[in-house]
Amino acid sequence: MEIGLHHYLIVSAILFGLGLFALISRRNAILILMGIELILNAANINLVAFSHFGGLGVDGQLITIFVIILAVAEAAIALAIVLNLYNHFSTVNVDEANTMKD
Amino acid sequence: MTYSTVLFYVFAFLTIVSAVYVVTAKNIVHSAYSLFVTLFGIAAFYILLKADFIAVTQLMVYIGGILILMLFGIMLTQKVTDVEIKIRILNIIPSVIFTVGITAILLFVMLTTNWRIKTPVVYESTVGEIGRQMLSGYLLPFEIASVVLLIALIGAAMYARKTK
Repeated sequence: MEIGLHHYLIVSAILFGLGLFALISRRNAILILMGIELILNAANINLVAFSHFGGLGVDGQLITIFVIILAVAEAAIALAIVLNLYNHFSTVNVDEANTMKD
Repeated sequence: MTYSTVLFYVFAFLTIVSAVYVVTAKNIVHSAYSLFVTLFGIAAFYILLKADFIAVTQLMVYIGGILILMLFGIMLTQKVTDVEIKIRILNIIPSVIFTVGITAILLFVMLTTNWRIKTPVVYESTVGEIGRQMLSGYLLPFEIASVVLLIALIGAAMYARKTK
């Protein structure tokens, strides 16, 4: 059986679901970031798969590059925020970070 | 069963199993290493989709950059030998129901839609075409992305610094 668009869509939907599960059920800030990375990667697989099977040339791949760039910027800023959170609250549990100013 | 079909199933299995481990592992360091396998599997999908430049970018940026950054984040924010590193999963039943529901809706929409499939445009290498597009049709987003990266770098460095 030839691998078609649907196979990639199924894998990306499952990855999206797992990322969402991490976002909802885990309380560690770094694990939540990993969930976001999984969701972004699921979106990237979709973009590349649609641009390949839809005969769109490299358009989808270019958008994927921009998504990767934004993911890097997001990860750097988010980890800086997590470090600050740890300095203030001595924990990275997002439930315990419940004040805006001390 | 062609050669690439077998490869697709192997990598799909690897990616999904390691992604499941990322979200369910008790130890966060294990999650980070498992994410490594997931990202590798996704790079393999890009190669199977004939997107060689994206695959290499994925390896360099995600595995060489984001994952290392996350490992640093883990090691700076918790003591590895501590019990603290073992973290629990909250609200398992509601979140499983919600996640399975959303995934089922997504799968339903994806599998029942009649997608317009065309014969793929195959490039010898996508690097030349991507470079050409980036400096013509996508010039403005490209420039904005470089400014965004610079701002993010400065902001992250400033914000992570200890200030009293």
